[in-house]
Amino acid sequence: MYLRSDERRPQMTTGFALRVAVLGGISVALFAVIFFRLWFLQVLSGDEYLAEANNNRTREVRVLPPRGEILDRDGELLVSNRTSLALQVDVEELPSDLRQRRLELARIGRLIGLSLTEIRHTMREELIVDRTSPVTLKSNVPHELVYYFAENGDRFPGVTVEPVFVRRYPQGTLAAHLFGTVGEINPGQLRQARNRGIEPGFIIGQDGVEYSYDQFLRGTAGSTRIQVDSLGNTLGELNRVEPEPGDNLRLTIDSDVQAAGEAALGGTGLYGGFVAMDVDDGAIIGMGSTPSFDPADLIEPTQAEVETLYQDESAPLLNRAIAGLYPTGSTFKPITSVAALASGAVTPEEIIYDDGAFDLGGGNIIGNAGGAAYGSIAMEYALQVSSDVYYYTLGDRMSDGQALQRWARRLGIGRETGIDLPSEAEGLLPTPRWRERLYRQDLTDRPWSSGDNVNLSVGQGDLQANPLQMAVAYATIANGGEVPTPHVGLRIEDAAGRLVQEVAPPPARTIPIDPVWRNVILDGLHAAAQSPGGTSYNVFGGFDVPVAGKTGTAERPPYGDQSWYVVLAPYPNPEIVVAVTAEQGGFGADTAAPIAATILSEYFGGVDADPVGGASAPD
Amino acid sequence: MQQTATRSRRSRPEPFEVRASVAERLGLPYLDPLLLFSAVGLMAFSIFVLAQATLDDVPGDPYFFVERQAIYAGLGILALIAMTRIDYSRFRELRVGIYTFMCVSITAVFFFGFAARGSRRAFDLPFFSFQPSELGKLLLALALAGFVIDGARRGSERRRTLRYLALGLAPAGLVFLQPDLGTSLVFGVVTLGVLFVAGVRWSHFALIGTGIAVSIALVLVVAPAAGTPILKGYQEERLTSFLHPTEDPGDAGYQQNQAKIAIGSGQKTGRGDQATQTRLDFVPERHTDFIFAVVGERYGFMGAAFVLSLYALLIWRALRIVTLSKNLYGTLVAGGIVSMLLFQVFVNVGMALGIMPITGIPLPLMSYGGSSVIATMLAVGVLQSIYMQARLSQKGRFAW
Repeated sequence: MYLRSDERRPQMTTGFALRVAVLGGISVALFAVIFFRLWFLQVLSGDEYLAEANNNRTREVRVLPPRGEILDRDGELLVSNRTSLALQVDVEELPSDLRQRRLELARIGRLIGLSLTEIRHTMREELIVDRTSPVTLKSNVPHELVYYFAENGDRFPGVTVEPVFVRRYPQGTLAAHLFGTVGEINPGQLRQARNRGIEPGFIIGQDGVEYSYDQFLRGTAGSTRIQVDSLGNTLGELNRVEPEPGDNLRLTIDSDVQAAGEAALGGTGLYGGFVAMDVDDGAIIGMGSTPSFDPADLIEPTQAEVETLYQDESAPLLNRAIAGLYPTGSTFKPITSVAALASGAVTPEEIIYDDGAFDLGGGNIIGNAGGAAYGSIAMEYALQVSSDVYYYTLGDRMSDGQALQRWARRLGIGRETGIDLPSEAEGLLPTPRWRERLYRQDLTDRPWSSGDNVNLSVGQGDLQANPLQMAVAYATIANGGEVPTPHVGLRIEDAAGRLVQEVAPPPARTIPIDPVWRNVILDGLHAAAQSPGGTSYNVFGGFDVPVAGKTGTAERPPYGDQSWYVVLAPYPNPEIVVAVTAEQGGFGADTAAPIAATILSEYFGGVDADPVGGASAPD
Repeated sequence: MQQTATRSRRSRPEPFEVRASVAERLGLPYLDPLLLFSAVGLMAFSIFVLAQATLDDVPGDPYFFVERQAIYAGLGILALIAMTRIDYSRFRELRVGIYTFMCVSITAVFFFGFAARGSRRAFDLPFFSFQPSELGKLLLALALAGFVIDGARRGSERRRTLRYLALGLAPAGLVFLQPDLGTSLVFGVVTLGVLFVAGVRWSHFALIGTGIAVSIALVLVVAPAAGTPILKGYQEERLTSFLHPTEDPGDAGYQQNQAKIAIGSGQKTGRGDQATQTRLDFVPERHTDFIFAVVGERYGFMGAAFVLSLYALLIWRALRIVTLSKNLYGTLVAGGIVSMLLFQVFVNVGMALGIMPITGIPLPLMSYGGSSVIATMLAVGVLQSIYMQARLSQKGRFAW
């Protein structure tokens, strides 16, 4: 019977009291059950459960993440991942009897083609780094071996075959010099600040953009906690933290321009390098070096591959575009022009008489290439025909001060450009102080003389520079004085393509370039490329896009002449600069300029690059 | 003269200067101190346990759960105080609105809630995820008690019983479909609790009891045998696994067995930081459903008994409030809340001890989670309100 409902407090009727008593009784009963059960578990059988708990063992296994992918400017895949099967040995699970252990390792070695000594060496090296993780003896294990190990598991305790991520290069050798390699972190790297938080055994970038952008590409390791019995046998998985794949890196490289440049330079069969760069922000559109290599060979090189890659004199791994050390020849003349104009050594209109010979003093007469004499000329024409005598005169006029060196250095010669690739070379900008020091140390036969400056004014002598530095110098002149910081990274994206971080390094510095100087230099370079009589007219005379370019032919004893070409396009407001050099390539117009023309033609969407033809001008 | 008069008026003592203290304003002197102590004590112990047991759970943020649980506890205390300021009898007039809101919010989860582990239970709010079914347990007690009183003079007893059962089982069914079996059982228990205190005939209760037994048999034995299972596979496994523990990690029975080992290995005084079972992932959900296993392993029988004593205190004071209420509405609401708390404590602790099935019911005020903590504190606040109203209206009749 329902209780009577009124607004007053219900009377303590017998029925109501009984129900509350029942509710209370149930509560007491339930609490009693719990207390007795608790007593039974913890006090009466606590020892058994403690023993069971102590028998429960776990082992944590690290799960490595796939590295981020590398794409070109348009999203084309350049570097991705594939899984490879790696043979691993867990030292803790090897037979404890040393003789049996040695026998097992020898059996494994026979199957995978490694000697016992090699196996022991690998294991010792890896165990120094990380004592608990399994040691990888060989990656890329063929399938029949995998099956063999699986079927004979009891004969090979401690041996497992695990899938690991390995780099894949869908475009083959394209842009091989930019990527660099990946590999297990070594003890020295573990201590570096940039690798804080990384555990032994983790894969990090060792060179190239894999190194520069490693913190984005590397991802985060996951882990699995597995339960094992007291013998170490796996019982099951308790907890799993998924690894976080690395972010993707999009490069500034345009695959088509890159491929065109590599094909053109590779087609000559010469060693050299090229750079195509955005004049304003320093984005590298293409960069290549010959001889090249297949980056896939670096993953696990055979002995023969090690010899060709690392020990051959041709040094295929060297990126000549940023680490080559070459005299630049006449491509240096715009830099000399800026220095002379800025220091007042010459004005744009000043006429200098070129009789084909320049007296260095002491009976040393040097002349123009090919013995030419150009008569009364000003700067614009001197650039067009590449008059050496005109620039010898400028170099001589600046030999008392430091103007040439100061301006060359401001434009980026003899120093690192700050590109986001490791291993760029700073080269050498010869200065009086540098030579005096060598002389004092008896490392050279003579002190600094005005002849050194005369040589430098035409990019000869001790000067050592690479195509990237020349591209930066030309870009700075063309854009009015902002020294761009070159970069191959464009942006970091997550797996879904969302922007994580933009790569936009600020200009390295700004230098005062008067628009008048800039215009006279660009006019001279334009005439050199596209006016009859210009040094590269035979290559660019018929080029549909107006350009401004300079040839260079540098003496580089004991080798043949170094061929150079640096070109800005479109004239008069350039957006791209291309610098090409080829070892022993002869005249700039013969070898380097046609390569630059091919690259520009691809960049501008396949414009007509047919050369005018005719003999190349010496310079 | 005038000046003097003014001064004298000022200096005259106020005859009825009433300056309520802060405690007075909050109504603290009128609350049941033991009920408040047990609730706050449980929350404080929960934060203490989380601080020791979840240090490594969120990489780089050792106090992730502690900070959040502390904020939930603070909000829960505010909710309790707010509830005591309200005369709970107002809820009786709002019963239709409360009941509608409860059903709508539970239904809305199907459309706007986020799915976690195959179940849609909660809304993702900026600060925490709100689970309407947690609050719904209390709302059902408030609404159903109102309906019972409202229908006091209408219809036969059998019809009334059936009507109230239907009103209680409808939201329980909605929660079951989320699917959240454990919480839907709590809804059923709240319904039974209200009806029991309201005085449903013993014979009706006997029938209901038979119905429950038959439906359990149907759901677990007959329906699967007939090939039309009502429960999802994992639900059935969880419900029956305590009967046959297994060795396979990932299996519900295995987890329960590990919880049992955890508690047993705590022995009399606990393993402290030597605890392995609840530190190395042998026991899942250690900060929520299996927090009692953490208490058992780390603090042993002493710690577990301490927690159970606080719950016993809580239930005792709540039962006492059932008898003290100034009106029948308060009695029924308190009856519903007592049943709810008792059921949850017993099922959750029983699950950790291996004598009850795994149903995913949180341990009130101990398990980590905003919805559960705040909803439970609201329920305790309603109890306090009932106590306070009784005390204020019948000051003379009780020896306090």
